[in-house]
Amino acid sequence: MLELRSITAGYDRRAPVVRGISLTIEPGEAVGLLGPSGCGKSTLARVAALLHRPDSGTLVLDGEPVRGWRHHAPPARRTAIGVVFQQPRLSSDPRLRLADLIAEPLRATGRREEAADRVAELAEPLGLTPDLLRRRPHEVSDGQLQRACLARALVLRPRWLICDEPTAMLDASTTAALVEAIEDYRAATGAGLFAVGHDRTLLRRWCDRTVHWDDLTASSVPPGDRPGSPLAARRPAGAP
Amino acid sequence: MTQRPEPPVLSVHGLSVRFLMPGGHHVAAVTDAHFDVAAGECLALIGESGCGKSVLASALLGLLPANAQTAGRAHLGGLDLLAADERTLARQVRGRMIGLIPQSPAAHLTPVRTIRSQLEETVGQLTGVWGRASVRTAGEDAAARAAFPAGHLDRYPHELSGGLAQRAATALALVGGAPLLLADEPTSGLDRDLVEHTVDELRRHVDTPTRTKGDTGRALLMITHDLTAAERIADKVAVMYAGRLVEVAEADSFFGLPGPRHPYSRGLLGALPERDFTPIPGMPPELGDLPAGCAFATRCARVTDACAHRPPTTGSVACHHPHRPEEIRA
Ligand SMILES: Nc1ncnc2c1ncn2[C@@H]1O[C@H](COP(=O)(O)OP(=O)(O)OP(=O)(O)O)[C@@H](O)[C@H]1O
Ligand code: SF4
Ligand SMILES: [Mg+2]
Repeated sequence: MLELRSITAGYDRRAPVVRGISLTIEPGEAVGLLGPSGCGKSTLARVAALLHRPDSGTLVLDGEPVRGWRHHAPPARRTAIGVVFQQPRLSSDPRLRLADLIAEPLRATGRREEAADRVAELAEPLGLTPDLLRRRPHEVSDGQLQRACLARALVLRPRWLICDEPTAMLDASTTAALVEAIEDYRAATGAGLFAVGHDRTLLRRWCDRTVHWDDLTASSVPPGDRPGSPLAARRPAGAP
Repeated sequence: MTQRPEPPVLSVHGLSVRFLMPGGHHVAAVTDAHFDVAAGECLALIGESGCGKSVLASALLGLLPANAQTAGRAHLGGLDLLAADERTLARQVRGRMIGLIPQSPAAHLTPVRTIRSQLEETVGQLTGVWGRASVRTAGEDAAARAAFPAGHLDRYPHELSGGLAQRAATALALVGGAPLLLADEPTSGLDRDLVEHTVDELRRHVDTPTRTKGDTGRALLMITHDLTAAERIADKVAVMYAGRLVEVAEADSFFGLPGPRHPYSRGLLGALPERDFTPIPGMPPELGDLPAGCAFATRCARVTDACAHRPPTTGSVACHHPHRPEEIRA
């Protein structure tokens, strides 16, 4: 289970952009979080991906509270989570060939010898041909680079995938292909998914359930207590 | 919104762009593109990422790298953009004749200066407005036109969410009141309400006459992968595949009935989550290694032997076996 309990986070302690948000994702479940531009979805996704330490609140991952974020996170925690961001160019080292980009997490965890096999295994279903794998990011299109970033996110076989609008800059067909690849991985491994974005049609079609940012932040009534709320049955037990 | 007797604002004939690569190799990024955009008209250019859309835009702006070769003509207000020298492009074209709304706004904004200071500088360069107070007001007005919140004007680009950076870039592009607006993915990263707001704002600019006498409006060339945004704003749609325009159609018949005629266009619409949500099988060909015949053949369900020859562009569809309106309706 991935439990975000009363998370408050942001860039200025006096004015956090995420205030007291709680959300629980069951193992293997795909949850889409919809919210308007600038609401703080990406910030929350970064908290869930262990990339941004919250000001307060708890992230419980598969039963254990997370204590370290970024490079303070224990390797076993980091490898349980794969992340795909909206802008593949900002999150890929321009000097690496795609094959090395995909294998980066294996190298970082001292499993270099698995790289060749694992890259080949992932590349084929994602349509990454040997020719593409030899190129660097500036020599491929956004769609091709995003496929490589997805392969990188999957290379350690994470139990959780955190996606921040991974298809926002892709055309309809490339979007459908990327979602299909993610769903194939989930079907094969039972991994859970937390996807944030603003494309309602896409997230509803893709995820088991979607929640709206406003339903998580409604201040007067806790979201889980609101009649008809999709969270009603799923409120974390320990949440205030 | 479709009566348009005026001469086109932008007229493109046989535009091709090739990149020369080391070893005598070349990449055919755009091949033989023909289209017009009239005043008061919006043409949406759609297609798979990497198919050549942004290269086409860069060619019009004279922003191609040194290893690019162009051919053809692109007339804008009596000037052939492809033949103009850099001095003309820099002083008369970019910002004044063509307002550019770029694909990655964060990279387009100057990182070390606030949005307010960038807007005020552009107002000073491109408009007759002068005097501290007037420039300040003009900058704030430009921000408001693009729905950029006044409270964020004194922020630096890195302090903005993706959506806010996009609106800052849009505000900058609208300052000069150029007759041609060129928007490269102006809505990526925006939520649905903001997408609608942004395209409606662009539409309003297209429908508003420029200050020049005799002009009836601006023209908009919008490059996008957001088909919902394209449907909302466009009069005409041009579909690009592997560097070629494979279909140019009226937006109404393209998005509604009878629908697109080229098999690629139909696959693209069908991939939408509100339609079949099924990707087109396979991948687009490499622009450096295009087949002699139709470039879509390896992915096309209608392929026959005829498709080994490049299809001619007749009736605005480049396909040997286009869907016919009768068959689609049935
Ligand atoms: N590094 C930063 N420093 C200061 N403020 C920031 C920083 N990054 C984001 N913000 C601000 O925090 C708020 C939430 O940002 P966040 O990126 O989480 O939004 P979002 O919901 O993902 O928006 P979008 O849909 O536009 O991507 C915004 O007001 C943004 O301007
Ligand atoms: S020319 Fe042939 S292969 Fe190409 S799109 Fe038309 S039917 Fe398909
Ligand atoms: Mg975001």
